[in-house]
Amino acid sequence: MALAGSSIPIRWESSDMRSVPIPSAILTLVVGMILVLAGLWVGQNINLLPAAASSNAPLYDELFAVLFTIGTILFLGILGLLIFSLVRFRRRDGDSGDGVAVEGNLQLEIFWTAIPAIVVLFVGIYSYDIYDRMGGMIPLADPHSMHGTMDSPVAQASVRSSEGEAGTPRLWGGIGAASGGSIGVLPVDVTALQFAFLFHYPEGDFISGELHVKSGQTVELRMEARDVIHAFWVPEFRLKQDVIPGQPTVLTFTPTLPGRYPIICAELCGPYHGGMRSTVVVHEPEAFDRWLDSNLPATVASAAGAPTG
Amino acid sequence: MTLAFPPQTSQPQSLPPGLQPQGWLRYLSFSLDHKVIGLQYMVTGFFFYLVGGALAGVIRVELLSPISDFVPRETYNEMLTLHGTVMIFLWIVPVVNGAFGNYLIPFYVGARDMAFPRLNAVAFWMIPPAGFLLIASYFIAGAAQSGWTAYPPLSLTTPAAGQVVWILSVLLLGGSSIFGGINFIATILKLRRPGLKMMQLPMYCWAMLGTSFLVVLATPVLAGTLVLLSFDIIAHTGFFNPALGGNAVVYQHLFWFYSHPAVYIMVLPAFGLVSEILPVHARKPLFGYTTMVYSILGIVFLGLIVWAHHMFTSGTPPWMRLFFTIATAFIAVPTGIKFFNWLATLWGGKIALNSAMLFSCAFIVHFVFGGITGVALAQVPFDIHVHDTYFVVGHFHYIVYGGTVFVVFGSIYHWFPKFTGRMLNEHLGRLHFALTFIGFNLCFAPQHWLGLNGMPRRVAEYDPQFTMLNQVSSVGALLMAISTLPFLINVAWSAFAGPVAGDNPWRALTPEWLTSSPPPVENWIGPAPLVTHPYGYGVAEDQIDLKSTTGQQLWSRGR
Repeated sequence: MALAGSSIPIRWESSDMRSVPIPSAILTLVVGMILVLAGLWVGQNINLLPAAASSNAPLYDELFAVLFTIGTILFLGILGLLIFSLVRFRRRDGDSGDGVAVEGNLQLEIFWTAIPAIVVLFVGIYSYDIYDRMGGMIPLADPHSMHGTMDSPVAQASVRSSEGEAGTPRLWGGIGAASGGSIGVLPVDVTALQFAFLFHYPEGDFISGELHVKSGQTVELRMEARDVIHAFWVPEFRLKQDVIPGQPTVLTFTPTLPGRYPIICAELCGPYHGGMRSTVVVHEPEAFDRWLDSNLPATVASAAGAPTG
Repeated sequence: MTLAFPPQTSQPQSLPPGLQPQGWLRYLSFSLDHKVIGLQYMVTGFFFYLVGGALAGVIRVELLSPISDFVPRETYNEMLTLHGTVMIFLWIVPVVNGAFGNYLIPFYVGARDMAFPRLNAVAFWMIPPAGFLLIASYFIAGAAQSGWTAYPPLSLTTPAAGQVVWILSVLLLGGSSIFGGINFIATILKLRRPGLKMMQLPMYCWAMLGTSFLVVLATPVLAGTLVLLSFDIIAHTGFFNPALGGNAVVYQHLFWFYSHPAVYIMVLPAFGLVSEILPVHARKPLFGYTTMVYSILGIVFLGLIVWAHHMFTSGTPPWMRLFFTIATAFIAVPTGIKFFNWLATLWGGKIALNSAMLFSCAFIVHFVFGGITGVALAQVPFDIHVHDTYFVVGHFHYIVYGGTVFVVFGSIYHWFPKFTGRMLNEHLGRLHFALTFIGFNLCFAPQHWLGLNGMPRRVAEYDPQFTMLNQVSSVGALLMAISTLPFLINVAWSAFAGPVAGDNPWRALTPEWLTSSPPPVENWIGPAPLVTHPYGYGVAEDQIDLKSTTGQQLWSRGR
């Protein structure tokens, strides 16, 4: 706003003090350059997002920076133009005349139809590319392409049993690429119900109230809702997926930054919707193995026999 | 019916025989006069605006602290459901369509009333019962708790009585809206004064024509969907109940097939109103009339095929996400045309910085901001993070409040002299503007950050790290509440004691100003004027009045 407005004194000075004004094309060019630089600076230096803790979060942040830059340029440009017009063309006292009878300018109209069209097309293609890199374009609803990502027969079986039929169940998915899949996929069955998430680990056949995952290992959440629609959201992973009753849904992601992050239900699910939260703990690999071992039913049973352990 | 007895209206002093009351009692009657019906819509709508604002106040007080401590959780969900429903169906849609549409459209087409005056009165009189039914449900059986979207299965499991009353109320309001839409289409297409061509109509007519087509095409889908939903609740059918073999996502498709166009039903009339206000107060023709018309038609078409962008996290297939991303983002093109045209209308004008102009310009700022976040939200990967968060709450309040409601206020400042024959006080108007502008931005700008950083919408409790910004937001809401006071005082005082406006205080050219203020029952004494250039302001470029021209003005045109 300040940058766009800075052209005003230059113009006034030039027309008042000198007989030959600076050509408006040059001023427009300078204002445009300042705007672009301001937009780029804002996009690169103002961070509005929480920590990036999954492999697709940096991709998201890249898209955000681009959108933020374009948005800043457009917004400051239009705001500056509007404020300039209101100040420069305000009605002076005692002036009851009309403005200039300009009814349109077809070339100008074509110009400002084409520019937004190109910008929007660019943004659309770019975000498609980002989405593809996140794994969002894998057609999860097609059961045949699912076999590639379904490494774990245990997880597959658990989803099938919930469908209660022999045919391949139709899975619904959000973002689904097994991006860091070299060390195998960790399957977790998620049940969303009023007002909690339950995490069942097929590897050890136990249920946890918190989601524990290993940094760098791809996690495959096989989600189901018991009662109403819930949504699984981890802001630090930039991931959200509705969990809809009757639609087994798969969500795949790779956590990258160890820490504790909130899991938030993002779909209105009843009076305690605001309290339906949990935590995802991203462990270092060794710490995760220790956590898994300590929760295996055998370990828990022996630990119950020896309380000090 | 006034149309059948033209002699009565030429002698307004003599009381006609009949049961229709005269004077102020007309406003409480089943009047067939489009101007009376328009003002009935406006006052009723404003009453519900205060109700919806009070509900928003409850929400903002609850959110002052991160724990749920002000109202019970069930009540909080009732409040947010009623707030959304009241503001959309009882305030914005009736006022931008019903109030201004009824008042202005017959003037603009050169008619003495709407095409179907009785249907018009029926459409209005469906609104108060529907509104009071909705409010009463809170006191009698408990209101609906499932949000204004009423997604099943939640809406099937929350208390049934409130949900059924909610459905009944929305069906009545939808019916009213359809009746109004049919009436506007018939009036604009068939009741134009002989000699008046479509491309000579003021822009608000085009906006209302587009809006009415959206209403007529989309609202019946919502009605059918809600009827099915009520069957699921009352008769335990399984249309949308997964436990009985239904599909919850189908409801979302059907709901948004109406409710996305509903955004344009709320916004397109505002675009039309701004197109009327700006040329008058900038003393310039509306820039690019033809492209403005085509951009409205483009928005209407695109608005019908973008609904699934509300469902990017609902397990929609990838091709569908791609299609709806592109279609949604492309709405920015016709919308952008309109904004550039408005800026071009201001450029080189002689702009009166009065309240009507200030509200209209604030609309431009807010809508551009909301439009930019809207294009971002259309991108699937972006939306997956911020869907159902306060980012979305901030975004749509910038569209419907910062956009449409600001235009409603600007329009009231612009047309109040016509409604009443008296001017509004300009100082109170600017105070109203300043309070609303600051309060609005303070309330809704921080919500974008809250959403990006992890605050979901529709929650009574939240992460304590968000406390400070929520309190800022609540202070903004308080300012918005206070801002209605100077407005109400201004309207009440000016209606009786304001300076007399005269027929045409703005020196405007559109037909509603070419009659007395307030206008007579059938709009004009004598024949309706034929206005073929509703925006014929301005002097030709080479006919500049040299006495009132400065060197700067010549320079700015490159001389």
